[in-house]
Amino acid sequence: MSHFPYLSTITFIPLVGALVLLAMNRRNVGLIRGWTLAVAAVNFVISLALWARFDPAVGGMQFMERKAWIASLGIQYFVGIDGISLWLVLLTTFLTVICVVSSWGVEKQVKEYMLFFLVLETGMLGALISLDLVLFYVFWEAMLIPMYFLIGVWGGTDRIYAAVKFFIYTMVGSLLMLVAILVLYFLNIKAGNAPTFDLLQLYQLPIAPNVQFWMFAAFCLAFAIKVPMWPLHTWLPDAHTQAPTAGSVILAGVLLKMGTYGFLRFAMPLFPNAAQAWAPFMMTIAVVGIIYGALVAMVQTDVKKLVAYSSVSHLGYVMLGLFALNAQGVAGGIYQSLNHGISTGALFLLVGVIYERRHTREIAEFGGLAKQMPAYATVFLIITMSSIGLPGLNGFVGEFLIMLGTFLTSKTAAVFAASGVILAAGYMLWMVKRVFFGPLDNEKNQNLADLNRLEWGYLLPMVFLAFWMGLYPGTFLRKMDATVELWLSRFEAKREACLELDRPDAAVAFRVETENQ
Amino acid sequence: MLDLIWLIPFFPMVGAIVNGLFGRRLPKGVVHTVACGSIFLSFLVSAGAFFALKALPPAERVFEQVLFEWIAFGSTTINLGYLLDPLSCVMILVVTGVGFLIHVYSVGYMSHDPGYARYFTYLNLFCFAMLTLVLGNNFLVMFVGWEGVGLCSYLLIGFWFEDAAKAAAGMKAFIVNRIGDFGFLIGMFLIFWVFGTLDFRTVMAQAPGALVVGGGIVTAITLFLFVGATGKSAQIPLYVWLPDAMAGPNPVSALIHAATMVTAGVYMIGRCNVLFSMAPVSMTVVATIGALTALFAGTIAITQNDIKKVLAYSTVSQLGYMFTAMGVGAYVAGIFHLMTHAFFKACLFLGSGSVIHGMHEEQDMRKMGGLRKHMPHTYWTFLIATIAIAGIPPLAGFFSKDEILWKAWSGGYKFQWFLGFAAAGITAFYMFRLVFMTFFGKERFDPEEVHVHESPRSMTVPLWVLAGLSVVGGWVGIPAALGGANNFHHWLAPVLDPAAVTETTHAAAPDLDGLLGVRTAYASEGAGHAEAPEGHGAAVGAEGGAEHHDPTEYVLMFLSVAYALLGILVAYFAYLLKPDLPGKVAAKAKGLYELLYNKYFVDEIYQAVFVEGTLALATFFWAFWDVVVIDGIVNGTGYVVRSLGGGLRLLQTGKVQAYAMTVLLGAVVLVAYYAVVAAF
Repeated sequence: MSHFPYLSTITFIPLVGALVLLAMNRRNVGLIRGWTLAVAAVNFVISLALWARFDPAVGGMQFMERKAWIASLGIQYFVGIDGISLWLVLLTTFLTVICVVSSWGVEKQVKEYMLFFLVLETGMLGALISLDLVLFYVFWEAMLIPMYFLIGVWGGTDRIYAAVKFFIYTMVGSLLMLVAILVLYFLNIKAGNAPTFDLLQLYQLPIAPNVQFWMFAAFCLAFAIKVPMWPLHTWLPDAHTQAPTAGSVILAGVLLKMGTYGFLRFAMPLFPNAAQAWAPFMMTIAVVGIIYGALVAMVQTDVKKLVAYSSVSHLGYVMLGLFALNAQGVAGGIYQSLNHGISTGALFLLVGVIYERRHTREIAEFGGLAKQMPAYATVFLIITMSSIGLPGLNGFVGEFLIMLGTFLTSKTAAVFAASGVILAAGYMLWMVKRVFFGPLDNEKNQNLADLNRLEWGYLLPMVFLAFWMGLYPGTFLRKMDATVELWLSRFEAKREACLELDRPDAAVAFRVETENQ
Repeated sequence: MLDLIWLIPFFPMVGAIVNGLFGRRLPKGVVHTVACGSIFLSFLVSAGAFFALKALPPAERVFEQVLFEWIAFGSTTINLGYLLDPLSCVMILVVTGVGFLIHVYSVGYMSHDPGYARYFTYLNLFCFAMLTLVLGNNFLVMFVGWEGVGLCSYLLIGFWFEDAAKAAAGMKAFIVNRIGDFGFLIGMFLIFWVFGTLDFRTVMAQAPGALVVGGGIVTAITLFLFVGATGKSAQIPLYVWLPDAMAGPNPVSALIHAATMVTAGVYMIGRCNVLFSMAPVSMTVVATIGALTALFAGTIAITQNDIKKVLAYSTVSQLGYMFTAMGVGAYVAGIFHLMTHAFFKACLFLGSGSVIHGMHEEQDMRKMGGLRKHMPHTYWTFLIATIAIAGIPPLAGFFSKDEILWKAWSGGYKFQWFLGFAAAGITAFYMFRLVFMTFFGKERFDPEEVHVHESPRSMTVPLWVLAGLSVVGGWVGIPAALGGANNFHHWLAPVLDPAAVTETTHAAAPDLDGLLGVRTAYASEGAGHAEAPEGHGAAVGAEGGAEHHDPTEYVLMFLSVAYALLGILVAYFAYLLKPDLPGKVAAKAKGLYELLYNKYFVDEIYQAVFVEGTLALATFFWAFWDVVVIDGIVNGTGYVVRSLGGGLRLLQTGKVQAYAMTVLLGAVVLVAYYAVVAAF
């Protein structure tokens, strides 16, 4: 552990950048924007070093850093990444740059806006690299605050309602998770170990299946809200429609992935027996989400809301893959969560482009845009195809692996999930048809400008990635391979070990749990 | 030479990229040179590959080329690679050959279109996807091409997107195809589940050992794959998108919706013939759906007045024949018909395009007539192709269609034979109805107003080439019964009829022999005694011309030619001699006419049931479940907490007297309670 502290560096550079912002004159908007972009870009470049130096043969944690924080309680500053978090970290640093560029047009309180964005980046990265439960919880909650303000201050007309709904929904889940974290802590002490919140040590703690069941439920609620899984999804359409464009991009691209990541990193490996017991239920919910999200997306009149509901459907695929509990499913789930960051992120950016010109997102207001804005239409169509899983673009690889993995576990679930492929084509192409094709009959659309340089600047990288991830997924999958293998073998080993726990132990454990509640 | 097959899809891909990125800024000459040139280069490489393959002994005519590892995870590795064997070789020749002609034709046809570069980008992209489809060495690469051609079809049907109806047609095509893709996906998952791989060669080699003949799994696999085929190849019940697809430019209809893409399902079954042969139930389903489609679509074509609609339904019908062939195990005959159909139907579509072009975008045949004087090249090529599709010897359509019908009959599929036979005469009828209405009789338009003109060279030359192919294209597969060598059959035998090849080498697996037994049993039902291998639908050519042929074959041949001639005669009578007859018949049988004219109302039924049904369900989920139920609970909770808090706040008045009063009241209540409780 004598290497350069990459992880701490990328996590705290944005925070330092934000502190510097505080000292800047709020009227010097150009400087504020430039500085924020510089910070985000530098951070992205440093995070690329992680990618270059990441050893794909190692399944465990890399780039670990460990410092005592509150020693008396066993709380540490303990961070590290593996093949799962590596990609989410890169996605975060990448999307932050994209978001800052796309926010160039924000005029209202630029300083605070950029400040919150940088703080948000620190929060997200921190949550992704934490290997200490308390540290994770701190970052997890810290993410909420800047997002709350981004929606509540820079959002649309109903922004307050959306921000409060987002905040409270998420908080409810988080609190139960905090309780479960504490139970875990005391269970560990009860088992005769030194007090610790070290995740890697807690992975080793055998817990009786019936205790796991409830603790999994608590973690599950927190993460399922974040994902969001049906029927806990209703905060999402509101948050997305009200959030500013970049807020939506980050929300879809990274914040939702915190939920799926939470399942992978915490809920499932800590409580494998419960995860397996819950798997049929979770798969059912995931499939319901896929179909339900797609159907509801179909009848939306607001493009952004349509994209938001499509997220519910896409995240259903991710969850389905994770709970297939095999290599294809889990890898597909991780891959799809990256894909979703790119394709849905790009869709929100594209919706932002038209919203800036027309200040409406009502599908009925448009029609025939492909004539007036051919480049915009082309990019939109490419991203649409990526979103509905056309082979050769990113979405297909993830969906295919997920459905393949699911099929090996549950044929019924896979068949229903595959029907989502039809519905996705339905809602996306119908929207594309109504917005871009047909006669250009609305006068207000007749002088719209096509993509400008700035817009090309943030859209092209997304298109490029959509192709790369679809044509050569090896770049990404190879770095996850060992991690997923280890994840599955650990999952299985712990599940076996916990099975052997007999009833008396379980009873003791359960008493501990009730005492501490 | 074989090492270069990666170039075949590569050239059109480069063409698409160049025109896609820079086309708008390039002069038209450069755009079409790039587009036509790239596909021509592909054709040259394909031809070279054909000769290289031909130089090898039949059993070794397989070449696999892995480009790179595409999706690799854990134990799963899916390569992006190409597989060249006699089957895919036929396909690449058809795709690049016909494709090149249609590219050239498009230069003239699209010359005035503002979206010139975009058009050629899509067309090149299509060729790239189609070549990927046919060359793919595993199911997933095939699926890439499968979806890719679907995308191009979507883009090209909706090419004139400013017309909302055309954009809608493109969307319909994509979504209906997605329903088929759903089946394809499930089929692939089943295959992966059984074999742990998606490689064609591995799957086909292991299938006899891994699957039980007639078992549930192989039946499920093949049926799901067939669902995919019904989508892409427009069979019942998913054919509805193809007639609408005629909204696209004419060369697109010729290339994508007649000659190549729509035959992908047939090709796929050919590629998986080992699996299909193991699933008799699926085979019967394929044959029956195919034959039903052939007749069903043929009857609709009779009443249509739009020249392209007639050809569209004709295409659906002809694809039905191909599936009938696949279903009765006559794989070679199916691919044979695929090839000849590509020639004459491309010729017909391009011819109709020439007519529409010459008539200044008129598609209604009721407003045509007498065009043969105005456009002789179009007329003659169209007539040749029509004779070919009608099944008149010695043109291409006769040999391929007749082989299918014979194989159906001799394989014991009498019902399917009957449907296909019934459709044959109808084909001749509606095709000649089209010819008579368009090229013969009086001009039903004002020649002063509509200046009909023959099309430019770039359009008529491809027409003549295709017409020539419609004549001679069938001669590669003249059956032994007519003294031919049936070279086409010999060429495809290593892929589509391994039994015929392995019979001599004894390399067949025991299971395969068992399989042969099953098929033979089927065959003997129909063909009788000594002809068993022939009934198997294959070994005709292998046996050479020395042996006796079932006289039934000649009888059926004669019957179908006579029936086709009858169809032509009826068309001649009704549309040239007594032009008012069709109207009278339509008036007499008004119900039937309306039914056919409105295509059995299938579109309306689908719209009402599936589209409206889905939207109603979606609206219910959203407006009731999401907004009322879930958000009702969420907001309700918020409301309850707030009003509770608000209510409680009222108590916090801050007035000491009020607190004292409360304490007093509480004391009274407590005392009263204990007094009462204590009393009992």
